[in-house]
Amino acid sequence: MTAFRAMLAKDLRVELRTMESVPAMALFAVTTFIVFRYGLDRQSLAGSLAAGVLLATVLFAAILAINRLFVAERDEGGFDAFRLAPADPTSLLAAKAAAIVIYLLALELIAVPVFAAFFLDSASGLPAIAAVLALADVGLAVTGALISSMAANSRSRDILVPLLLLPLSIPLVVAAAKASALALAAGGPSYGGFGKWLVVLALYDMTFAAIGYGVFEYVIED
Amino acid sequence: MSPGSALQERAASAVAKTAPAIEVTGLVREYDERPVLDCLDLTLAPGCSLAVLGPNGAGKTTLLRILATLLRPTSGTVRVLGHELPGARWRVRGQVGLLGHEPMLYRELTVAENLGLQAKLHRVANPERRIAELLEAVGMRERASQRVRELSAGMVQRAAACRAVLHDPVLLLLDEPTSHLDPEAAARVTALLGGEGRRRTTVLVSHDVGAALGTSDQALLLRAGGSVAFSGPASALSEGDARAAYGGAA
Repeated sequence: MTAFRAMLAKDLRVELRTMESVPAMALFAVTTFIVFRYGLDRQSLAGSLAAGVLLATVLFAAILAINRLFVAERDEGGFDAFRLAPADPTSLLAAKAAAIVIYLLALELIAVPVFAAFFLDSASGLPAIAAVLALADVGLAVTGALISSMAANSRSRDILVPLLLLPLSIPLVVAAAKASALALAAGGPSYGGFGKWLVVLALYDMTFAAIGYGVFEYVIED
Repeated sequence: MSPGSALQERAASAVAKTAPAIEVTGLVREYDERPVLDCLDLTLAPGCSLAVLGPNGAGKTTLLRILATLLRPTSGTVRVLGHELPGARWRVRGQVGLLGHEPMLYRELTVAENLGLQAKLHRVANPERRIAELLEAVGMRERASQRVRELSAGMVQRAAACRAVLHDPVLLLLDEPTSHLDPEAAARVTALLGGEGRRRTTVLVSHDVGAALGTSDQALLLRAGGSVAFSGPASALSEGDARAAYGGAA
């Protein structure tokens, strides 16, 4: 846990100093909502369309941070320094995933109220959306951290991350969209089947956490 | 842990304490099927120092990275501190310090924050005191709260030297440790790396042939391509012979 806490604290401290990820994610999300608002020419959205707008925006905003996740480790020797220490390699993956979860929560604190103001007639579905986003954030963070570590040493990192992450995140997006569509249904939230999609999201999170735990050591070693 | 495995653990530990610090047999490392180290044999006793010399492209840095557990050998056997690599790398990590071309410091963190992070990763006891001692030793106490990106190359090298010995490693791997340093700073860093009062096993890569031979017990001279031109006591290798392997480049 010491290595996990140390690496997470390092990432959060660097982000607070440089503001490289979260402000860019927030700006991207707000701009995207404006584009959707005028592109769709709709004053309000509900159901699957609302869910799609929200989740696509969060997913693409997440990629901005995931792309940069291991840049300092690659460019400043952080990988080598970490590998020279007697630390469990998976603590690095866990710290990076936790950092992405925190970035996404910070993004959503800004993006969800803006989304609600732009597109929703009622805020009654937002508590359920918070649950969906929390589970989706964990899945995106774990998968994203794993993909980012694999792409870190490639010159095509900026292309590789979305190319690998987007197909892998399809099950997560499907489950999150189904649950969100129920939460944002026209006329108020409808919770029939909502729990089932949350379970699918939790299973996705656990599956990729287990995969990350199993393979991360081989990803960062020579 | 069962009594049997505890016994095995103690036996392995005892062997590790008496074995050579470094034992390399038939080491080959290739990049894209091009050999960088070619059939290298090497033995270094605990507490001894080794100078690794050779022209650019001779595989010196590659050798250090293999000994540091950061690279795998393509073939051959490598034992460091009694443990075979890469399989037992977890037993070696934390006992090795590496000071290479890359300072391994985060540019947006201060010097003290960087060393504090490494102290946590290496579980250094009483880290504040240790960091203060090291920064004092290299004349950087006043720079502790400065971000690494604001430092000159020489100051970064001093901080990197502190990082390399922060956890008091048994084996120290040094790749041009005094590069970017003025003579006064070089003397401070050399004293720090020298062992802080006890004799560390040290592998030193340097292009300063005379100084490296003068301060080392053993010498390893590599040719371009990674084959061995000389391996033995440093006193048996003359500076002129060593320079000849550089093709007049040194």
